[in-house]
Amino acid sequence: MKIKNLLKVAYKSIIKNRMRSFLTMLGIIIGVGAVIALVAIGQGTSEEVESQISSLGSNLIMVMPGSSHFGGVSRGAGSINSLTLKDVDKLKKESTYIREASAYVRASGQVIAVGKNWSTSINGVDPNYLIIKDWELEKGNFFTKREIRSRAKVAVLGKTVSDELFEDSDPVGQSIRIRNIPFKVIGVLDAKGSSMMGDQDDVILVPTSTALYRMTEGKNISMIMISAVSNDVMEEAQEEIETILRKSHNLKDEEASNFRLRSQTEIIDRVSSVTGALTVLLGAIAAVSLLVGGIGIMNIMLVSVTERTKEIGIRLAIGARGKDVLVQFLIEAVLLSLVGGIIGIIFGVLLANGASYFMNMSIVLNPFISLMAFSFSGAVGVFFGFYPARKAAAMDPIEALRYE
Amino acid sequence: MEIIKIGKIKKTYIVGDVKVHALRKVDLTVKKGEFVSVMGSSGSGKSTLMNLIGCLDTPTSGTYILDGEKIDELKKPQLSDIRNQKIGFVFQGFNLLPRTNALENVELPLLYDRRGRVKDPSEKAKQALDRVGLLDRMDHEPTQLSGGQQQRVALARALVNEPSIILADEPTGNLDSRTSIEMMKILQELNSQGITILLVTHEEDIACYSSRIVRLRDGIKIEDKVLTEIRSAAKDLEEMGAIPVELNGNGYSTEV
Ligand SMILES: Nc1ncnc2c1ncn2[C@@H]1O[C@H](COP(=O)(O)OP(=O)(O)O)[C@@H](O)[C@H]1O
Ligand SMILES: [Mg+2]
Repeated sequence: MKIKNLLKVAYKSIIKNRMRSFLTMLGIIIGVGAVIALVAIGQGTSEEVESQISSLGSNLIMVMPGSSHFGGVSRGAGSINSLTLKDVDKLKKESTYIREASAYVRASGQVIAVGKNWSTSINGVDPNYLIIKDWELEKGNFFTKREIRSRAKVAVLGKTVSDELFEDSDPVGQSIRIRNIPFKVIGVLDAKGSSMMGDQDDVILVPTSTALYRMTEGKNISMIMISAVSNDVMEEAQEEIETILRKSHNLKDEEASNFRLRSQTEIIDRVSSVTGALTVLLGAIAAVSLLVGGIGIMNIMLVSVTERTKEIGIRLAIGARGKDVLVQFLIEAVLLSLVGGIIGIIFGVLLANGASYFMNMSIVLNPFISLMAFSFSGAVGVFFGFYPARKAAAMDPIEALRYE
Repeated sequence: MEIIKIGKIKKTYIVGDVKVHALRKVDLTVKKGEFVSVMGSSGSGKSTLMNLIGCLDTPTSGTYILDGEKIDELKKPQLSDIRNQKIGFVFQGFNLLPRTNALENVELPLLYDRRGRVKDPSEKAKQALDRVGLLDRMDHEPTQLSGGQQQRVALARALVNEPSIILADEPTGNLDSRTSIEMMKILQELNSQGITILLVTHEEDIACYSSRIVRLRDGIKIEDKVLTEIRSAAKDLEEMGAIPVELNGNGYSTEV
């Protein structure tokens, strides 16, 4: 039989049994819908996490004191506190892959302003810190080299701190006390939002020298923040930093480094491998439901074949070959699952958009996944339609005709 | 010219431990253009013989040549093609596809014809429906047709692909006597146009419209006679008077 006629026959039989056809498709619809929606949510989540990490700065490399173990058992990462301002100077002078480098001195404490109280992190950084972190000022100014040299008691507030201490009034020019030392507010940072690292706006920035000499012992810095020239040279930059610092620390070849590097790319890779695994897991769960949908198709097709035994007998009697019957039922199964696949894609897209709209989830709708789910549903139709179709094709015409 | 040549054909069914001999060494030769009635009581093997001739079934032993082709050597797909191209079936129970209109039912054999001979199946099917006088009912589905009309649709389906023989297994079994004679009238017309017909019936009143009677008993041919006097169904109908069998007021026939 010509394919056009076969399609017609399959189409008619689907239409004639609307309700049953729909119920058959339901499994596929839910399966495909689940694949699309869950993968969209999975990918959306992982992209959001990645963009949050990117928001930490541009091409960021962090140098921290301690052994080069990442996440290992190296107890007390800062115990061999080894980084100094001299290291920062050397990196700036000798490196070719570094755009900017800033010292970073961590302190924390109570901040008091106009009778209000807030406890936050106080970070000593260099004037180029905002470039490294890809950050802007909302108002006021950032401190300059001059303030670094004079260990000036000036501070730039993060948005959260500014809101907590000054609410709606303008903090620039106001005075605050950090650990009882009076500081003058010279600027407020743009809101950067929270990331998995916490609220990035809950911070006060002060000059490195001020933090180092007025708030800590004045020897070691907590970290060096570096921005590489471009994303393509992250590895070269890291190697170079390693070499320069080892030389600066007078380490012998056999000695392990007493500092460690961590790059943003590395963090993104780690996190995205986790979220990627999550997406695969969600996809796999959804694929199982698609499989269950396929079994539903097989079930209904088997019922349909039995129910239509007489029809099969008639077709065989007037000259249909077994193959014609096989193809007829196969096309019916595939048509059912493909139509189910299309409806499933629509359903999945709606579901994903619903999740994004009502539950504030970020989603990424990938047309490739839709295409894959669609092809997979077709394959499910072929796979699960084959057995019932073969059963139909193998019928004995006389027995089939006698069936009531 | 011989169109059917059956030699010592045997069909044995095995049901559990019991062997049922449906046909025991039956010989039969039918010439082109004959109108043969196969008679015999229930269980005598008439349907079994028809199914073998119709290539729906294969014999336990024996030879069968249809239109010069050795059927016993053919495989399933070839048997399908023979059924499609050389044989037209009419069954007692009509066996039309449900929820499928008359035209589509009649078209069906053409769609399965691998030779792709017929360019316009729909047109050809209309011609066949016209031959059985049902062109005006081509859009009707089986449930909208009377028994006699359904059987005529089945007949149109049987002859649409211009078969060498038409096999009718008790085609009048579900019809009243008048409709049965009308059916016989159409079969006689087709026979006069050169189509070979084999008809199973247990009614002498029906067999008398054919040209030859073959009688079976317990799977054995016990009689084979050519009728010298053939009744004309058209004439009988005329004598019965022209009661309109077509439509009544609501568009449906009142016949069985
Ligand atoms: N599929 C079958 N299995 C077993 N026995 C069968 C089968 N078909 C027919 N028979 C037996 O073969 C004999 C002939 O049957 P059949 O040809 O149908 O008779 P008829 O059509 O003359 O009434 C019967 O005894 C019947 O019971
Ligand atoms: Mg019978």
